[in-house]
Order: sequence, then structure tokens, then C-alpha cells
Amino acid sequence: MAFEDQRTTVYKINPEHPESESLPTLRTEELLLNMGPQHPSTHGVLKVILELEGERLVKSTPVMGYLHRGVEKLAEDGTYHQFIPHTDRLDYVCAMYNNFAYCRAVEKLLNLQVPERAEYLRTIVAEVQRIIGHQFWLSAQALDIGAMTVFFYCFRDREILLDWFDELCGARLTTSWYRIGGVERDLTPSLIDKLKQFLDYFPPKIDEYQVFLEKNRIWLGRTKGVAVISAEDAVNFGLSGPVLRGSGVDYDLRKYEPYSAYPKCEFSVPVGKNGDTYDRYWIRIMELYESVKIIRQCLEQMQEGPIMADAPSVTLPPKERVFTNLEAMIQQFKLFSQGFDAPPGEIYCGTEAHKGELGFHIVSTGGGKPYRLKIRAPSFIHMGAFDHMARGYMISDACTIFGTYDIVMGECDR
Amino acid sequence: MHPLLLRVQHTFSTGVTNLSEWRGDVAVTVTRDKLREVAQFLRDDPGMDFDYIVHVSSVDWPDDEERFEVVWEFYSIRKRQRIRLKTRVPESDCVVDSLTDLWKGADFMEREVYDMMGIRFRNHPDLRRILMPDDYTEGYPLRKDFPLRGKGWRDTFEFLDEVQR
Repeated sequence: MAFEDQRTTVYKINPEHPESESLPTLRTEELLLNMGPQHPSTHGVLKVILELEGERLVKSTPVMGYLHRGVEKLAEDGTYHQFIPHTDRLDYVCAMYNNFAYCRAVEKLLNLQVPERAEYLRTIVAEVQRIIGHQFWLSAQALDIGAMTVFFYCFRDREILLDWFDELCGARLTTSWYRIGGVERDLTPSLIDKLKQFLDYFPPKIDEYQVFLEKNRIWLGRTKGVAVISAEDAVNFGLSGPVLRGSGVDYDLRKYEPYSAYPKCEFSVPVGKNGDTYDRYWIRIMELYESVKIIRQCLEQMQEGPIMADAPSVTLPPKERVFTNLEAMIQQFKLFSQGFDAPPGEIYCGTEAHKGELGFHIVSTGGGKPYRLKIRAPSFIHMGAFDHMARGYMISDACTIFGTYDIVMGECDR
Repeated sequence: MHPLLLRVQHTFSTGVTNLSEWRGDVAVTVTRDKLREVAQFLRDDPGMDFDYIVHVSSVDWPDDEERFEVVWEFYSIRKRQRIRLKTRVPESDCVVDSLTDLWKGADFMEREVYDMMGIRFRNHPDLRRILMPDDYTEGYPLRKDFPLRGKGWRDTFEFLDEVQR
């Protein structure tokens, strides 16, 4: 979209008109507008200072930190196990993926092998979480742009999965189901049945979401060619996930640094062409189909087996034993109060969450607490490209760009 | 030794203080004055080709002479490889070169490091606090000498007490 710099233009009312000399010239100036911190489309508390030329964005400066809780500082004060519930509160819409990314990072630090069944369970739940995340994103993005119906349809289906989570771990959003070395509990036959039912029910619903949007002229007009970012810039800014793939860069850690049960599943990584909001929307829709495929394969391939690594010095004992066996209770108490002895070293481990690459950089000097824990939050890094992507678009497109990043401020501000 | 490390070692005779590989992560530690040169090499050399910036982090080692460590993590989209670049800065002269002109994404990441650890980046276009308030004066929260509960600034806020409510 071309953007003419009109900052210096002084408009005269109809210069052809003979009387126009006597008319006053209209004064134009840049307008500074505070968008947020309380604005429904900022997905939390985010303020952006917009410099406007008419309705065009000249420059935008994100002001962040309203939800900063010092999670990285808190991590240094607790043991590795104690940090898992904190990760729920990063991206509070998709807690499972945060747990997953964190547990993987600690396992890399400890060089801990997770049993095969646990890997499958982790992949299944992570993909269920990806579906929830994309449903939430689609409903919020469509609502920001003005399409309300999709919101209700997405939330109807999201509710089924949240109830499924509720049955799995007792919580809908702050789940804490992943554990270092495995998972907290196995899927029951009832859960597997419900998931299979959902997998049959869901793909037609994805088509349904598309029906609302694909032929909607307003949706197309507000997403096609909006917030375009070239592949080169997207890479240079460090964008990840659907935002990067929308620009045609094939970068998915599930495929290129395979982990968990992903290498055993067949799935494709949808990649866009134009780098606009519409391509990013298309990628997420396609990922919903891929997620269904991955879960199906995992459920088929999964064999019986242990769900927790055999490393009693690190992993938590099963809950049944904690309540009946003294040694197990002592072990649980010690693991939470003192922690396990992690080897000194430094690792970075990135995981492909539905928003992008969620990474943990952990520095350990030995002992039960991380010396330094840095979270690479995709939302934060995407906000770094906001000014670049918004420049020249209309003020109403700012909402589209928040939506297309799928930002959650809990993760952005940490 | 990892081929990436060998290549760095062969290219730079001075300035590289440590090369390490642990748990599959490759890390290069350089002196502060060589940082830009090595970063440029990592980005532009065809064998390296690190076009993607993953994150910028910082570690505080209060007992060391060069107290702070700044950590950059890079990825190569074409070569599918990772590398970690580290450098140390003393507390008395807490400045490193900014890499924002090589990777634009470093802008926000370096601002966060400045905000949390107080390390300044030379030639950074807009080095301000990013997560803490602009008028925050208690220092840099992720330093090891910063107490977990803060330094009392929060206690100065006036809240309604429960009786009034």
C-alpha cells in the first residue's frame, strides 16, 4: 500500500476557485494518540503511542510492562519444580505449551530422557493446546475486525477442549500438567474417547469458520495486503511462528529441530506467500487441520508404558505413593523445598508454541535453583516489529496487527 | 570440536576467549572490542549465515572482575544451525556495542537487557526502559544484589485500606 508523505502539505480549499485566495488555508499537523492501556483490541494492557497523519500511522511506539511481574527474578528464587506453575501465567491462554517448553529446557539441562508414552501424551496435549490457541486467536482477531459470529462458533468448540483439560488435570487454563521428566497423569479411556469424538467433530467446524470469513468482503478487505512484512525483514526482526511463515519462511522447530513425538508423525508446515494478515490467517487455519492429523497419529501409535522418567533423584514420585508411602513423601518434600542438584552449565531450548518460538535460556551453577532464567517470549519480540509493520497503514489496522501477532501481554511483559 | 567453533577459531586469532559445546549448544565468548567484528562475521560469512536473532540475555556474576555477561543467540534459517555469542563487561564501564544495525530485532531485546541488568548499548537508537516504568529509580531488578521484594518503592503507593472500602 503506497503511503504519501503529506506532512508538509498545506491544503487550500479549491485552488481553482477565484475566491480561494481570501479563504483561510487549513492548518495540518501530526496528531499524537494514546491507544490503550485499556483498549479491547490490545489483548491485555498495552499502550501504543500513535503518531498520525490524518488517519495514517506515521510512527508507533509501544509502551509495555503494565503486566510485568518479574517472573525471571522469581525463577531465581524457587526450585526448578516450583517454577512450572509460574509458566502457566506467561501466556495464560495456552498454559500447556509454556509448561512443555519449560520442562523441555530443564530436561535438556539435566540430559533427561522422557519415556515414549509420555512423549506421545505431551505431543497430543500440546496439539490440543495449539487448537485452543488458534481458536482463541481466530475469535479475537475476527472480533477486532468486526466479525462477531466467528467468535461464538470458536468459543463453542474451545469450550469442549477446555472441559477436556478440566477432566485431564483439574484446571481449564492454568494447567501445570507437564512435569520435569514426564507428565502428571495419564489419559483415561474416557478422555481418549472424548478426544476421538472431538477429532471427528472438529474438521467440519474448521470449514464452518472459513465460510464466515473467506467470502466476507470486509474480512478480505481488512486482511489482504494489510501489515505486509517481507521475508528478509521478518527474519531480521526475529519473528517466529505463523507470523514468520506467513512471509514465506519455512521455519518450524517441530519439523527442523524435532522433539517429542513429532518426528514420528507425518504433517506438513503451511507456508504463506505474501506476508500479509490474510496469509497468517490462512496458515493458522491450515495448522488446525495439521494438529488434528498429528493427534490422530499419536493416538494410533501410542503404546502402553511409563509416563515418568526413571530418575527418582529428579522426578516427582507418583501422587498415590506420596500419600501412602513415607519415603515418597520425604522425596516429594525435598524436591520442592531444596530441589535436585542440576549440573552447572548453560542451555537454550526453543519450542514451537502456537505463537512462535518460546525459548528458555537457563544458566545453572549447580544446586536446586536456576542461577538465571531468561524467557524468549514470542509476543515480546513480535512487538519489536510493530512500528515497522504498522507504518503507513490506517489507524484501524493497528488493531488488526495486534491480532495478527496473537499477542498475550502476560507473556510479553512476563 | 564443532565445525562452527573451528571456523571461528581459524578466522579470529585474537579476541576469542572461549569456545564451548555443551548439550549440543555451541557457544563463543569474545572480548568486548571484538564483539561487532565477530557478530558481523557470523551474519555475513556464507558458512555461518546467522540471519535470525533468537534472543539477547544477560547474566550477573557479582564475584567476577568482569561482572556482567551479555548473551546473544543466533539461528541460521538456511543452514539450520544455532550459535551463542557471549561477551563480558565490567561494572565500572558497563557498555557494549549494539547489534541493532545487523539484526533489527535486537532493538527491543537489548532494551530489555538494559532495563533489567543496566548494561548500556553503544549506538542503540532508542535505549530506554521497556518493562519497568520510565521514572523507575531503584536500579536494575535482575542484578543479583537487587532484593526479590524490591527496595521499598512499592510501599510508597497509597492504597485504600480495608476499613475505608
